[in-house]
This record gives sequence, C-alpha cells and structure tokens, in this order.
Amino acid sequence: MASDQVTLLDLWASPFGMRVRLALAEKGVKYEYSEQDLVNKSALLLQMNPVHKKIPVLVHNGKPVCESLIIVQYIDEAWKDKAPLLPSDPYQRAQSRFWADFVDKKIYDLGRKIWTEKGEDQEAAKKGFIDSLKLLEGELGDKPYFGGETIGYVDIALVPFYTWFYAYETTGNFNIEAECPKMIAYCKRCLQKETVSKSLEDPKKVYDFVVMLRKKFGLE
Amino acid sequence: MSNEDLLLLDFWVSPFCMRVKIALAEKGLSYESKEEDLFGGKSELLLKSNPIYQKVPVLLHNGKPLNESAIIVGYIDEKWPSPPLLPACAYGRSQARFWADYIDKKLFDAACTVWRSPGEAVEVAKKDFIEVLKVLEEALGENNFFGGETFGFVDIVAIPMAFWFYASEKFGNFTVEEECPKLSAWIKRSMQRESVAKVLPDPEKVYDFVIMFRKMQGIE
Repeated sequence: MASDQVTLLDLWASPFGMRVRLALAEKGVKYEYSEQDLVNKSALLLQMNPVHKKIPVLVHNGKPVCESLIIVQYIDEAWKDKAPLLPSDPYQRAQSRFWADFVDKKIYDLGRKIWTEKGEDQEAAKKGFIDSLKLLEGELGDKPYFGGETIGYVDIALVPFYTWFYAYETTGNFNIEAECPKMIAYCKRCLQKETVSKSLEDPKKVYDFVVMLRKKFGLE
Repeated sequence: MSNEDLLLLDFWVSPFCMRVKIALAEKGLSYESKEEDLFGGKSELLLKSNPIYQKVPVLLHNGKPLNESAIIVGYIDEKWPSPPLLPACAYGRSQARFWADYIDKKLFDAACTVWRSPGEAVEVAKKDFIEVLKVLEEALGENNFFGGETFGFVDIVAIPMAFWFYASEKFGNFTVEEECPKLSAWIKRSMQRESVAKVLPDPEKVYDFVIMFRKMQGIE
C-alpha cells in the first residue's frame, strides 16, 4: 500500500533482525531501517518495546510488533498478496511453527554458549548445536528449502544464523561443514537468492563483532 | 464417536495439556485422552509422536502428531475456525501472539520459582512473580478477557497457569487477589467458563503435587 509507513528498529548483527529484513525483502516491502544502540537504548525503542526492550521491532503505521517470529508471521498476514511464507494447510503450518520454534529454542542459545563458555560447557554446547543442525537436516530432507520449492517461514527463522557460524566455528574450534555438509550446502543455496544475500550480514564482520563482545565480557 | 480422530497424550497437572483441553472444549470437539506416566515411564506412542522433546501435550489428529501447546491451540483454531480464538486482523493477532509468548517465557517459570526457592530466596522469587503478574494485569486493562470481550487464545494460554498460583501463594505467603485484583477477577471469570471449569484440577491437589515434587527434587 502506497501510504504504508514501515520502520524496523534493529541491530545490524542480530540474526533475529535479519529474519525480519529477509521477510520484508521476500514481500518486496519498502521500509526505513533504524540502527539501535543497545547500550544506550533510545526513547523510541523503549516506547515501542516496553516489555522486553529488545530489537527487532517492526513499526507499521505507528504500531509496534515485537519478537522476530511474531513479526515474520505479521508480515506474512499484513502483506498476504505476495510470496506466502507459511503453507496454507493447517497441519503444515503447525509443522513450520514447530521447526521455527525449534530453531529459537536450540540454535541461538547453544550458539551463544559456544562463544561465551569454555571447557566442558563449551564442548556440551558444540555437541548440542551439531545434534540440532542434524535434526534440521533430517527435516529438510531432499527439499531445496524447508518451504519446499521456495523460501518459507522455517528458512527465514534459520538461515540468518548462518552468518554466525564462522564466529561459532572460530571461537569453538570446530568445523560445521565437516559435521553437517547438507546444512552448509542448504545455507549456500539460500544465499544465491538476492533477497537472502542482501538481508544477511558478512560472517567475517559478525566474527569481529563477537570478538569485540568477548573482549567486553572479559572472555578473550 | 466423533467424526474426527483426536487423541490427546496428557498429564493431569500439566498446564500445557490443560490449554489443549480448553481449546478443544471451546470448539465443541470430542477427543480421547491418554494419561502419561511421566515419572514411571513414557509410552511408546509419546516417544514416537514427540521424539525431539518427548513431552506432553501431544495431540494426534487422524494419527498425525502435533507438539508444543501453543502451536497445538493455533492448529485447533485454524482447523476448526468457529468460534475464532484469535482476532481477525493481522495486528490484533500479532498482539495476541506476543502476550502468549510472554506468558510462555515468563509466567510459569516465575510461578514455579517461588515454590522452588529455598529459604530467603523465596522473597526475591515472589517479587519477580508479582512483577510478571502486574505486566499481565496492565495488558488486560479494563477488558473482561485478554481477547477483549470474548475468551480467546491468550486467555487459553494463561488460565491453566492460574491453578498453580495457589502453591506459589502458600510458599510465598501472599495472595494474587491482594497484589493484582483485576487479574484475580479475570481468573475467577475465566474459571466460570464451562470449557475451563470442567478440565481444571483442584488447586489443593496441585499443591500436594508440588509438595511431592519438591521432596523429589530435594528442596527444603
């Protein structure tokens, strides 16, 4: 709609923010990107997300939507004339929501433990992370994308974390491709799509960001 | 015998299972229920239907499994659209999903931490729990239900947690009614609904369960 005002409050390195950028790109929605300072949070962020005070927040005609997967579902419903992100069948939709929720429960937390923990805790996180990726590989099967022939909800939930894989590998001293070649092949396939490549950040830049955070938290 | 083959893998005291039972009742659906012995030994059917988390509730519809309570309730709402549990507009739906997610992330843990905390830690846990309740009370506002005039998705996600509050109140030595009178009124109002009244267990039995669980976990 020509009169739509869409703003995204975000942090460049956030995989949750990348999910929203990717969903907006898939729908061809024009929006204003607003980089947020999470150390000194803006009045706008605190007003738009008073409960969690986190990014991403999508502001659509002045009304905020928070939590990345909720935002992606909202984008799918508000701009429903193009590129459906969820299947139409209720059972398939439930399955998509289950796997996106699995990514939320496992990939972020375990990945975070890889770059913040040491010793046995780090090893346990690495194992859990690889096990989770293998389960996702199983769910993908022979399909090109989790959404089937086109990118869908689960792809949007997962593929932004690919930008953090290099950081996990380097801090965790392991090779994800060696353990999960199908997953890496899938991620690279996604990146061949323009909507994905322009929504995702450079893994090397993300790694520099992680190094900075590790120094800040006294982990280096 | 209903037209639909619906089987719920259940555990009597689980608020997550309760959500599914209330949703099925709201839609006027009949189903079979199988009580799982979560401490003695999970059934083959449960392990096969939910191999990743091995948890209840699981709803099997014509033999096909659905997992994660909020996702199951969403499925029930989409498969049997009348009466609707979610608002019709995309923004209203995003807000309902946000509050259901907030309840999932915060409420149950906060309530249980009160009775899980040994000694003086109870006071901190109680303060945290009351804060969560106050956020929800503010979200409720002057409405009869979180769904507005009608009982809906967020009410279904939240109300089963309420029968665990009694245990928190006893261990924390406070009442929800004193701290959050509007929320307390919502609890009473919701418990009068037939779909809720016929599936909620006796709070005293839940309290006894909590005592047993604490002993099992060695909390004193």
